Amino acid sequence: MRLLTGNDLKTGAVTWWTGSDWSIHIEDAVDISGSEDEIARREEAARRVNVPYAVDAEMQDGTPRPSHIKERFRALGPTIRPDLTLKPADPDIGNWVI
Amino acid sequence: MYKYDSYDQRQVDARVEEFRDQARRRLEGKLTEDQFKPLRLMNGLYLQLHAYMLRVAIPYGTLDSRQMHALADIADRYDRGYGHFTTRQNIQYNWIRLEDAADILADLAKVEMHAIQTSGNCIRNISADHFAGAAADEVADPRPYAELLRQWSSFHPEFSYLPRKFKIAVIASETDRAAMRLHDIGIQIVQNDAGELGAAFYVGGGMGRTPMIAPCINPFVPLDRLVTYAEACLRVYNRHGRRDNKYKARIKILVHELGAEEYTRQVEAEFAHLLDQGVEPPLAELERIRGYFEDPLFETGAPEAIDRSDPDFALWVDRNTVPHKEAGYVAAVISLKPVGGIPGDATAEQMRLMADLAKDYSFDELRVMHTQNIVLPHVRKADLHALWTALEEAGLGSPNLDTVEDIIACPGLDYCSLANARSIPIAQKISERFAATGKTATLGQLKLKISGCINACGHHHAGHIGILGVDRKGVENYQLLLGGSEAEDVSLAKITGPGFDENGIVDAVETVTTVYERERHEGERFLDTYRRIGMNPFKEALYG
Amino acid sequence: MAETLRYRDDEPVDHPAVTVDSFLDQSNASAVRIEPGDDARELLPHLERLALVEVNFPAFGDGRGYSSARILREAGYDGELRAVGDVLVDQLAYMRRCGFDAFEPDQQLDRDDVEAAFARWPEVYQTAADSRRPIWAKRHG
Repeated sequence: MRLLTGNDLKTGAVTWWTGSDWSIHIEDAVDISGSEDEIARREEAARRVNVPYAVDAEMQDGTPRPSHIKERFRALGPTIRPDLTLKPADPDIGNWVI
Repeated sequence: MYKYDSYDQRQVDARVEEFRDQARRRLEGKLTEDQFKPLRLMNGLYLQLHAYMLRVAIPYGTLDSRQMHALADIADRYDRGYGHFTTRQNIQYNWIRLEDAADILADLAKVEMHAIQTSGNCIRNISADHFAGAAADEVADPRPYAELLRQWSSFHPEFSYLPRKFKIAVIASETDRAAMRLHDIGIQIVQNDAGELGAAFYVGGGMGRTPMIAPCINPFVPLDRLVTYAEACLRVYNRHGRRDNKYKARIKILVHELGAEEYTRQVEAEFAHLLDQGVEPPLAELERIRGYFEDPLFETGAPEAIDRSDPDFALWVDRNTVPHKEAGYVAAVISLKPVGGIPGDATAEQMRLMADLAKDYSFDELRVMHTQNIVLPHVRKADLHALWTALEEAGLGSPNLDTVEDIIACPGLDYCSLANARSIPIAQKISERFAATGKTATLGQLKLKISGCINACGHHHAGHIGILGVDRKGVENYQLLLGGSEAEDVSLAKITGPGFDENGIVDAVETVTTVYERERHEGERFLDTYRRIGMNPFKEALYG
Repeated sequence: MAETLRYRDDEPVDHPAVTVDSFLDQSNASAVRIEPGDDARELLPHLERLALVEVNFPAFGDGRGYSSARILREAGYDGELRAVGDVLVDQLAYMRRCGFDAFEPDQQLDRDDVEAAFARWPEVYQTAADSRRPIWAKRHG
């Protein structure tokens, strides 16, 4: 599957296209195969996202998991500071990223 | 240390307003990201892996308690309660919002700080010896020269769109504590036979993809021509540095491709021309700046005796204090490398403590080392125990300066979009391994540096042991390098062979230290043994 | 094409600029365009023939034109020095300091933004090609 991701222009937060909006939670991301460029252009022009681009991912346990390790870091946060990630209480989160 | 006059303050304030206007235009859509990016970079604002990252300048690594408190306040108010001290003596915040950035710069301006030119294709923060003003072996404090050049380079109208970033370091001793020859321009303040001070210029060093050691292009530029000479070096680079390939755009490539002799010839010609253009400030300006760097009022006859009855304190004194030019004083190093910790990170609380300790014990001055620790440059020996007690309580008392636990690590894949691999967990595992085996002490001076990608922000080329994280088919892999040095015996580390995974690299580091222990002669550091016996014994131990 | 900004009193040159090679070949052009890779010093023996030097900025990140401009002014060129191409409001102040007195940007610039840009810096730290006194000169009278 292909996900569309970028950063929020104002806050810098990593965001994922949900089909109708941008969410910081990758669980909300949808497959946009085929319409990447169109959505990216529209959303960037409207400044609802900054520097959007598409990434490969696979569904795993109901959540999209990006194929590239760097995108998994973006989805979650720094593994060395679980308290700063989006899932501070999840002890397995390092495995999901790495 | 230097204090702004009204001119300096007005410039910094103007810069804040310029950026505020640029950020507003970006948020309103009047600037595209492509147009905005170089502008925000020139104010140290990156769009990074998790959020915007702001790199605040700490000129030549010097700051006072008021400024350190301000950095702590920024961490709390605008970020997530901590900051990261970098290998160029700056500080980085990882969780910044664009909509706050101008306010942060305004807060910084109130305490004579900024983020000017800490990124972008321009002249960056000028670094200097972190023991400046304390070291007995300097011919002069290097920082006035760094300050003169800082002002010259700030908002320089000709050199703000260079082929690539430009890093300058200034030292004033034969001992190189600032990796001077691994910079685009390295300056060593020297003294000639007549006792006059001048500047030796080294141009074309650097790490990154193609590490190079800078050749000396002029061994003695008179001090009243320092700025003119620097201007000549930059102009030749701006005109002729490569712009066709980002990976060949640093001045080291230009010097290498032209040859040092030809580059020097062009600089000397430009220099001769510029001498008539009035670019040099009068010596009175250098004198004015020097006035801010006079010795603090040391207590004469400060006691030399240290009560060493507490072995932990004695160990910290032996490892983390450095001889001072003034009797009864030392420079004390606050370790930001607790075993298993994140190298170079400090919480807001720790920053406040360090600020207060500087005020109490170090004439209100701190230094950021490019090795990511903090220096209190002028501490009375009589105060060391009280200082150490406070540091210990706050987790800042690790007695590991220049040991295998004193690891330099870039933020790596945990924080950086350029990275191929994580560096911080490797640093954590290594320090934990050696602390657990009790080997730290026996190994003595061992400078270990880790970079998470080829850009080498962790300076791995200059490590006695260097580690480079790479991406091998989507999986993190780590190359081991040996024999680098950033000091005056500068050398570039060599790769041992095939890389290792994240557990293998820790074992590999332990393996090479075992070879060292086996082979070393009396008084040899790891680096010395490596240089004497060569790579083969290490290769054999690693790969069989 | 966007509006040209010009900060000179004299009449603008009324014919197009030629390339450096053409200019050096022929004797009757008085306007030349410098590309980033050109050596401005090739023009130095011929400055009295020139009324207009255009310096092209195909991409604003390529800063070679700033050096070209300053070199010309340092040599005594006092004709029109025009920055053309990818010139944004944010480059104007530095360009002015390097000696540019005219600007022909690809994209129209907002007049208010232009005025703000030129008024931005109360002081300057360095000598450049303009007549502004650097801070060090003011400090030491």
